[in-house]
Amino acid sequence: MPFTRDQMAARLAADVPEGWCVNLGIGIPTMVANHVPPEREVIFQSENGVIGMGPAPAPGQEDPWLINAGKQLITLAKGASFVGHADSFAMIRGGHIDLCVLGAFEVAENGDLANWATSENDTAPAVGGAMDLAAGAKRLWVVMEHTTKDGRPKLVERCGYPLTGLRCVRRVYTNLAVIDVTERGFVLVDLAPGVTLDELRAKSGAAIHTN
Amino acid sequence: MINKVVQSVADALAGVKDGSTVLIGGFGSVGQPDVLIEGLIEQGAKDLVAVLNNAGVGRVGVARLMELGRVRRIVCSFPRSSDPVVFESLYREGKIELEIVPQGTLAERIRAAGAGIPAFYTATAAGTLLEQGKEAREFDGKRYVMERALKGDVALIEAWEADRWGNLVYRGSGANFNPVMAMAADLTIAQVQHIRALGELHPHMIMTPGVYVHRVVQVDRGGDWVKPEAA
Repeated sequence: MPFTRDQMAARLAADVPEGWCVNLGIGIPTMVANHVPPEREVIFQSENGVIGMGPAPAPGQEDPWLINAGKQLITLAKGASFVGHADSFAMIRGGHIDLCVLGAFEVAENGDLANWATSENDTAPAVGGAMDLAAGAKRLWVVMEHTTKDGRPKLVERCGYPLTGLRCVRRVYTNLAVIDVTERGFVLVDLAPGVTLDELRAKSGAAIHTN
Repeated sequence: MINKVVQSVADALAGVKDGSTVLIGGFGSVGQPDVLIEGLIEQGAKDLVAVLNNAGVGRVGVARLMELGRVRRIVCSFPRSSDPVVFESLYREGKIELEIVPQGTLAERIRAAGAGIPAFYTATAAGTLLEQGKEAREFDGKRYVMERALKGDVALIEAWEADRWGNLVYRGSGANFNPVMAMAADLTIAQVQHIRALGELHPHMIMTPGVYVHRVVQVDRGGDWVKPEAA
């Protein structure tokens, strides 16, 4: 059985060690925080200037002045602090974020990331903080479905969509597998339960190497 | 005596000229100076360039200002929301210009203007579509893009508390773009919930010293009012 969205987030969370400062993008990345056990101290940074987010508020405990990058209501962890946007992005651009987790439209075998604009829709492009995170975080992991809704591979030899960052993705977590991005290209780390290497390769747009 | 507190929203916005570049604080609805935006709608200035992170929700606030045809151009990182109908239709019809800027680059361009730095280099957007038309240069083997400072004629910001010197204290995640925008305009106008006596705000809590702030107006919404839906 391929991983559900929640299981993908949990699989990624298992690889986040104590002590890292982590920025989570919108969508499945945000779910990663739910799967880091409370006894493992990880600092969640939100680009709007919150360093040390806690879990989602219990009903009745919402504070309308506390939101994350996805504009969802949040709580603070003990030890949390606030900064303004210039300082928040200095933290990002300056290499102080150990890990950034983003979604993607495409990841190329050289680590190129496309996740902000498609040529297919006529809405205005919206980049947000993705390019700053791609350029500035110490490491960038992508979590995404392995293919598009109509079955096209999202792991590709070269991105077709406009790039967010060049050679920035280090690891990809999908519903089918965990894959490292290396000098050789994509290298399998492990498969979701019941998924075969043949199936994985058939659903990928670039070579998947094994160690 | 220094006293930057004005008595009405109209006084706060007096003199904003047509063609102004207006920096508007906030991230979604948190820290967004919505009373000043409503005041700007009333005040009447047009042909504006609005610099802000988001392009408005529904048909109120910034979206209303755009719908009234008062905004010529926006400089923005994320012109999407739960309901971006006004901006998207104006954009599709070619009635508003969009300059899309990565969020951190937007903040730093504003900071640079406030700090007297005309331009800087950043790795953000290097090699992407958003590098186009800009100077790029290598430092220590890595590619960087030159970005220019972005100054406002006016900044509209929101804080929680102020004193008559214009010192500002923010609340929760409501600082966001406000402190950096406060630095970068010829006329910085703050809407606040509470005016405190001089000396009452703890110096360690003041994130924006009043030197950056020109006018303060209190907007009384009855204590801890709940903001409209975050967007």
